[in-house]
Amino acid sequence: MSTIGNAFAPVRDAMDSVGDAFQRMNKWQKYSFYAIVVIALYLAPFWTDIPVLGQIIDTPGTQFSTVLNDQVIIFVLVALGLNVVVGLAGLLDLGYVGFYAVGAYVTAILTSEHGNLPWLLSLPIAVVVSMLFGVILGAPTLRLRGDYLAIVTLGFGEIIRLTAKNMDWLGASRGISNIKKPPSILGLKFGVLDPKPYYYVGLTLVLIVVFVLHRLEYSRVGRAWVAIREDEDAAELMGVHTFKFKLWAFTIGAAVGGLAGVHYAGKVGFINPDNFPLQLSILFLAAVVLGGSGNMYGAILGGILVAYVPERLRNFADKRVFVFGVVLVLMMVFRPEGILPKRVGDEHKRRRRSAQKEGVAQ
Amino acid sequence: MSDILLDFNNVTMQFGGVTALSEVTLQISRGEILGLIGPNGAGKTTCFNVMTGVYSPTIGSVTFNGQSMAGLKRFEITKAGIARTFQNIRLFSQMTAVENVMVGADARKKSSVGGAILRTPRQRREENEARERAMELLTFMGISDRANNAARNLPYGYQRRLEIARALATEPQLLCLDEPAAGFNPAEKQELNELILKIREQGYTVLLIEHDMNVVMKVSDRVAVLDFGKKIADGLPADIRSNPDVIAAYLGVDDNAS
Repeated sequence: MSTIGNAFAPVRDAMDSVGDAFQRMNKWQKYSFYAIVVIALYLAPFWTDIPVLGQIIDTPGTQFSTVLNDQVIIFVLVALGLNVVVGLAGLLDLGYVGFYAVGAYVTAILTSEHGNLPWLLSLPIAVVVSMLFGVILGAPTLRLRGDYLAIVTLGFGEIIRLTAKNMDWLGASRGISNIKKPPSILGLKFGVLDPKPYYYVGLTLVLIVVFVLHRLEYSRVGRAWVAIREDEDAAELMGVHTFKFKLWAFTIGAAVGGLAGVHYAGKVGFINPDNFPLQLSILFLAAVVLGGSGNMYGAILGGILVAYVPERLRNFADKRVFVFGVVLVLMMVFRPEGILPKRVGDEHKRRRRSAQKEGVAQ
Repeated sequence: MSDILLDFNNVTMQFGGVTALSEVTLQISRGEILGLIGPNGAGKTTCFNVMTGVYSPTIGSVTFNGQSMAGLKRFEITKAGIARTFQNIRLFSQMTAVENVMVGADARKKSSVGGAILRTPRQRREENEARERAMELLTFMGISDRANNAARNLPYGYQRRLEIARALATEPQLLCLDEPAAGFNPAEKQELNELILKIREQGYTVLLIEHDMNVVMKVSDRVAVLDFGKKIADGLPADIRSNPDVIAAYLGVDDNAS
């Protein structure tokens, strides 16, 4: 069964070696490493200029940096947020697109339809409103478990979309246009043609979210989430206020989803209810599960793959959804934990060390 | 009767038409090890679940430390000072051993989302305290060599001990052990006995539910016996051993008895 799963083993080992080398580095070496990675990420729109590699990664039909911003950044942000809800706290949320829509709509309303606020000011407001929606959805429903919660959240996503579609105040099906763009700072111009400035803003948001979520994951809060996912009853009997922490997971997930919506609205300038279909919720979930539910870096990888691969394979446009489906099915059969699941404990180190010793003995 | 920690007053617990506990009255004094025994289906685990708030009794009341347990949520009961282990091990299998214990220690901590994001001094202090306490408890239980292994990869005996460590981390006044010796060989049972006595020395009161008479009789100060949901005996281990009702409940009535 795990023969294909084992195909990941060399990759895993290579990554472990990198990880070990990383752990041996001192503080300054680590910081320099982070700095190089971050700079490389900010330069991502120019990766296509690299000989050979650039040709391989370039997306046909769409500008590479457009894919990076409109697809990859959005999916990575959303996967990060959804990973808190699904991956850490173990709450199956099938209506995550609802929070994404709330974020986008709040920005649209405040900067265009019913207000004249700058985009930057609408951002915190939209995030807070998304969190409120998280509480509104979570407070009554988080007493439900498993399948029931999934169905309620599924309904939530649809309610948000249908409400937007039928309320004139929200622009109904014609949507909202002329949404304000991020402010021009540091010489960046947020126009229509060049997606790079948006990508820089999006990447900055991703880095901030990663930083915050990392701190949460390795704290009392993160432990409570994982304990709830592993055994909710046992967690409660060990003194975890399960309802409170489930609600926090929902709220924080909603905040990140809303943030992705704000970024999306700021880039496209025009939204309508059809931008937030149920299918998007499914894709978001697929990104988290494919990448490795419960591991932030797995979720990021999943987000990148689900967003980027279909664009890269645009030449096979009519078959790519089929291929994507087949890949997902195969993944669930052979590697249900995702490409990059969270590694718990340090057993692998000992195993590898003893394997190395054997190698020496031979 | 001087210092009663847990007072189980006339508790009846019904599930539909089934009466799992019938008018059980039981007291646990501070600092003692009380063994609770009984044949399969006698109501031991139900008794336990009522105590730890999993069920609330149909009739009767549970008072802990002079405070009524009625209406308390499960995590509040833990915070009030009752901790438990599970008959069928229920660890957080995808967490390391030390993280499992830290979840227990977190029950006494306050910092939450804001503290974690800003990494406030209090949050950092609590985090260090929890980790240190967890390591102490793992050492106390003799399993610190596998502190950073995933709980699901630990050997069975380690998992049982880890459950006790996790329960102790919540700083309970009463520690309830639900069949901690299940699946142990005699040598392991012996170690467990010593461990339970060591735990009591640390000042914890222990309620021990156990099948294995050897364990119960050796470590308990007092033994209560349940049979078909009723308490049929309560006394010193030696008296329980020779109590005809208890022998009848466990072995059946001997037809050839003279």
